[in-house]
Amino acid sequence: MKIMLKQIYRKSWFSTVILGIVLVILSFLSLFVGVIDVTAEELFSGDAASIELFLISRLPRLLAILCTGTGMSVAGLIMQQLCMNKFVSPTTGATISAAKLGILIALVFMPKSTLWSRAIFSFAFALLGTWIFVWFIQRIRFKDTIMVPLIGIMFGNIIGGITSFIAYRYEMTQALSSWETGHFSLVLRGRYEIVYLVVPLLILAFIFANHFNIVGMGKDFSQNLGVNYKAVLFMGLTIAAAITASVVVVVGSISYIGLIIPNMIAMFKGDKIRGTLVDTALAGALFVLVCDVIARLVIAPYELPIALIIGIIGSVLFIGILFRRLKHGRKAIRLGAATEAPCAVAVEKAVPQGGDRA
Amino acid sequence: MNVKNLIKKYDGKAVVDSVSFEIPKGKVISLIGPNGAGKSTVMGMISRLIAKDEGLIEFEDKDLSKWKSKELAKRLAILTQHNNVQMKLTVRELVSFGRFPYSGSRLTQEDYDIIDKAISYMELEAFEDRFIDELSGGQRQRAYIAMVIAQDTEYVLLDEPTNNLDIYHATNMMKTVRKLCDELGKTVILVLHEINYAAFYSDYICAFLDGKIARFGTVEEVITKETLSQIYKVDFEIMNIGGKPLTIYY
Repeated sequence: MKIMLKQIYRKSWFSTVILGIVLVILSFLSLFVGVIDVTAEELFSGDAASIELFLISRLPRLLAILCTGTGMSVAGLIMQQLCMNKFVSPTTGATISAAKLGILIALVFMPKSTLWSRAIFSFAFALLGTWIFVWFIQRIRFKDTIMVPLIGIMFGNIIGGITSFIAYRYEMTQALSSWETGHFSLVLRGRYEIVYLVVPLLILAFIFANHFNIVGMGKDFSQNLGVNYKAVLFMGLTIAAAITASVVVVVGSISYIGLIIPNMIAMFKGDKIRGTLVDTALAGALFVLVCDVIARLVIAPYELPIALIIGIIGSVLFIGILFRRLKHGRKAIRLGAATEAPCAVAVEKAVPQGGDRA
Repeated sequence: MNVKNLIKKYDGKAVVDSVSFEIPKGKVISLIGPNGAGKSTVMGMISRLIAKDEGLIEFEDKDLSKWKSKELAKRLAILTQHNNVQMKLTVRELVSFGRFPYSGSRLTQEDYDIIDKAISYMELEAFEDRFIDELSGGQRQRAYIAMVIAQDTEYVLLDEPTNNLDIYHATNMMKTVRKLCDELGKTVILVLHEINYAAFYSDYICAFLDGKIARFGTVEEVITKETLSQIYKVDFEIMNIGGKPLTIYY
């Protein structure tokens, strides 16, 4: 029965529709959460002040949240597929920390930089950081799954250290702190629109979803099907880095989404990106939205940085995922066993094969 | 397929040294030899997975390196053991990727028919919605073969297809190889470690030693006491069972 339910769930658009409806309802409700009371009646009766507030703050905030949630979770999904490792994400793959370094470089060396030029710097650094990381894990073929994200976290911390050092030297620590902990409170009309870049990037990701899947199966597998492994790898990582950069430059660094959401969706719906991309995006948006509403309500009329809430909820969920994956050993990771090395050479050989379980 | 003077060097040492042979169409050809003899490297080069250093590989009268990758994917399929086994794809999703060189992400009704046929040919209907990471080694290998069938290529290259399989699944894999050739008319080239599978199920055998071809010919020509002792450096006895030479080594 459970299996049947699972199959119906996997096959149909059921989950997508539910996620979509919940997201729409919550999005609508979130518009009326805030310091100044705005009610639907006031809006529709044409109250100028309400409409103004709505357009300057509430709506931009909601849109930024939706873009952040969908973008970061899909960036994580792409990175996990391409690196063949469930624990790689913009956070654990050094993308976010490199994007922050890029912003700092722009702040230091171009004091009059606009949001756009910061975004370009951020993107260039994010891409470079991700590339170095991926090049590294492909060169050194770690036998242990967990080594890959650990290396990524270490690498990210090194970049973070460099960032702090430069910020300290140029007395930029305060300016940088705004990006250190992600929050939506500064999202206002005119200074967040860059985050819309996420939308075309998501469409691009959807178009090339099957390419990412094929590359995720390995180099030989891709070449057999006539897919250019390196080109797709490069393109996928570029998309992920661009998404991350456009979010980080507006909102600041928000961890965990790219790690948790794709893993949760994949547990139910598998790894075929065409089938999971929309769900992943919707679930990511929903997650960020819920966290944001909590952040706004906990100590109202003040608000907590959303990164804090996401960090708390995210780490709990992450531990849950870890336990689940350990419990269902065969389907997921096994600590200590060489099962999911970044380049799956000899992986098959390391897995003891039992008889037919059918 | 015609291979001329193929050379591959690693760190200045030739692991494949001027290898030339011609692959007969519509037959099963096994590449055998001790570890490090170069058989897998040759397989890698004729399937364009590994770049050659020197020599010429002609595929359908055209230099292999001049083929467009996508066009080649419709004529030549290669299956290695280096796939990501953790991916949660269903059997059907995996087999569908076989149609990728033809239709990309937009499968036509014809593609779906071919996928259905490939799944039923490998008797995978019962598992088609199962994730491949939940299958046993034998079932997963069959799913990969189904994908190759869906890919509908004239040439099928298999790198150690019986690796990690028990006797039951390995033997069935070899029977499938025979069927691919006899029923579907494909040219199948395999790298095999198990000499008796090679002797029993192939038409031709290419024996490698130290990066060179020690012997290439029909099963009867290659599976002889002298040739095998020279290649593997152990003593061999050849028996005749069911009209096929089978080997005993000790």
